[in-house]
Amino acid sequence: MNKIRLIIWREFITRVRKPSFLIMTILGPLLIVGAIMATVFLAMQEKGPQTIYIHDAAHLFTNKLTPNEKLGITYYYSYDDLSDSAFKASPYTMMIHLNEKIITNDQAQVFYKDMPSQHVQNYVSKDLEKVLRQAKLALDSVDVNSYDRYSQPLKFELYDIDKGGKRSYDQVKAGLGFAFGYLIFIFIFVYGVQVMRGVMEEKQNRIVEVLVSSVSPFQLMMGKIVGIAMVGLTQFLLWIAITSVLSSVGMGMAKDRMADLASAQMPGQATVQLQQEIGATTDPNEASEDAQDMKMVFDLWDELPVARIVGLFLFYFLGGYLLYSSLLAAIGAAVDAESDTQQFMFPITIPLMVGIFIAQTAVYNPDGPAVFWSSIIPFTSPVVMMIRVATGNAFEHPWELALSMVLLVAAFIGTTWLAGRIYRTGILMYGKKVSWKELGKWLFYRG
Amino acid sequence: MLVGANGAGKTTLIRIITRITGPDSGRVLLDGHAMTDADVARMGYLPEERGLYKKMKVGEQALYLARLKGMDKADASKKLKDWFERWDLAGWWNKKVEELSKGMQQKVQFITTVLHGPKLLILDEPFSGFDPINAELIRGEILRLRNDGVTIMLSTHSMPSVEEMCDHIALIDKSRVVLHGNVKEIRRRYATDTYKLEFRGHKVAFADALAYHGEILEHKEEDGITTARVKLLHGAKLNNVLGATIHAVDYIGAHEEVPRMHDIFIRAVSETTPEAITSGMTE
Repeated sequence: MNKIRLIIWREFITRVRKPSFLIMTILGPLLIVGAIMATVFLAMQEKGPQTIYIHDAAHLFTNKLTPNEKLGITYYYSYDDLSDSAFKASPYTMMIHLNEKIITNDQAQVFYKDMPSQHVQNYVSKDLEKVLRQAKLALDSVDVNSYDRYSQPLKFELYDIDKGGKRSYDQVKAGLGFAFGYLIFIFIFVYGVQVMRGVMEEKQNRIVEVLVSSVSPFQLMMGKIVGIAMVGLTQFLLWIAITSVLSSVGMGMAKDRMADLASAQMPGQATVQLQQEIGATTDPNEASEDAQDMKMVFDLWDELPVARIVGLFLFYFLGGYLLYSSLLAAIGAAVDAESDTQQFMFPITIPLMVGIFIAQTAVYNPDGPAVFWSSIIPFTSPVVMMIRVATGNAFEHPWELALSMVLLVAAFIGTTWLAGRIYRTGILMYGKKVSWKELGKWLFYRG
Repeated sequence: MLVGANGAGKTTLIRIITRITGPDSGRVLLDGHAMTDADVARMGYLPEERGLYKKMKVGEQALYLARLKGMDKADASKKLKDWFERWDLAGWWNKKVEELSKGMQQKVQFITTVLHGPKLLILDEPFSGFDPINAELIRGEILRLRNDGVTIMLSTHSMPSVEEMCDHIALIDKSRVVLHGNVKEIRRRYATDTYKLEFRGHKVAFADALAYHGEILEHKEEDGITTARVKLLHGAKLNNVLGATIHAVDYIGAHEEVPRMHDIFIRAVSETTPEAITSGMTE
């Protein structure tokens, strides 16, 4: 036992001390947060003022559109068309044709010199829509206020009667579960492959025979698997810590910028704007979107059995990793070079890919039969079951959860045993092209 | 000493003894009892296929290997520092293994094999990869350990070292022992009653005088000295030959031709499997 601790410690410390670990641990969250922020800021970045020529053939839009200072949008109206060459020679940056029958065909042709940003496109499109709608309503003599009342979207709220009629957030929870499942999937891949590489390194270095004269091959394999799992957990925890610090800073900055843009009357929130404009009958007590989000987070926090979810996450996390990394260790032991791993990697990746695929559908239909079976079968359960856990579905069927957990434990004991047998023969076998049949034989060697 | 052609089963036998591989049949006895984990811990094994973690520091790695053998950290550290000092490796303690020359890596491997004071030392081709100076260093160390009472099992193709270093030899072929015993005794057993006689005088007179005591296999003359290889016949002894010929020539020397282990090796294998000579013998 002391020896296996030594092996675990070596596997852990040599990896954690590597500069690449430090770099990835610090850079990982920076990259993630940085990439998100860069996308947000780049998308918000405007190229310059947009002077838009509006060809208002239907005589509906002139002087009714709202210019935007922040986005640098100004409109110039004309009932006359502008030829393409004239547009090219003109100082206008965009030209929009609004045809005579726009009321019925709802079409606008937009020509540009430089591709306008998504924000500009959204703004102009909403702005046009708003004016067009008002025109349509006027045509049918419909009161704008009435229309607004009719067009209020239905709030389709779900309540589970078994939970005392509390508001149900199953979709959000399923999404959360998918995130957990996806994390497990990534973890299995990244660190499972590290196990495989580590085993191959020992074999290629020829150190393995020195080692197995002191410890059993099984101890060596398990030491490596557990050591690398600890590296993964350490990195994972550091990522959570760093990302949460960074993102709270980053979100703060992003929010300020968002608020700036919102104050520029972003028609992105057209209903809000419309309501303000027409003094619509909004409930003054209704919470803003942000506040609603906060309420949901608090509700979820109250409702979700957080401790149980975290516990099960760790269980499936480690169970899935042990299951797959032992198989990957066996592959590493069986081959001489990384290029030979392909044929064995393929059948191992398939169930994981299937798992992630089913997990995607599970977000919309957590009770489907595919989700049920794949959450029971150990090769997919680590990825899929987390969705059922997050939605609470798993706790309503404790027997299924128990069965899934027992099967996962049984399966990883089975694969570790199997891998151990392939491993101890494989690590001392050089220069032999290994086939599936050969691996099968190794299982039954004595020793 | 364990010798045999490539594929004879030397490494497999060693792996069975070190409990890396299980035997298909039979068992290994040590001091008359079946081997236990404690026995394995008292072994030192230097495999033919050996290496180190390239990215790990030398001292740290040596310490790790020693601790895997069950040594405690302080003891292992102290002993390692002594060895490193003695073998001019002290400055390399904090270097990465990949910065070491192959010979230095081999030295480190040897040190980690013997550091825990094994009672049985199994060395598979210990001299491969060493220059002559370092090979001599290793040889001296092996002899020193032997004199200290350590049982050493050496597997090698290098025959000259057999004769000098070993008391006992086992020659295996196709996983069977074809020859084993005391080295001197075996060489005597394979002796062919052939002598190398050196003398001044006429070789025809010598041949006449030799008569039925022996047969001249070959002879040559250089600077007036004749060297003749003579195989004794009809149970004759060297004394009979010398007695019969001493009046005919002036003797300078007489040596028995004891076969080298190399020749015995080839003969023993070819007797069991003639094709082994051509197919896989290496040196």
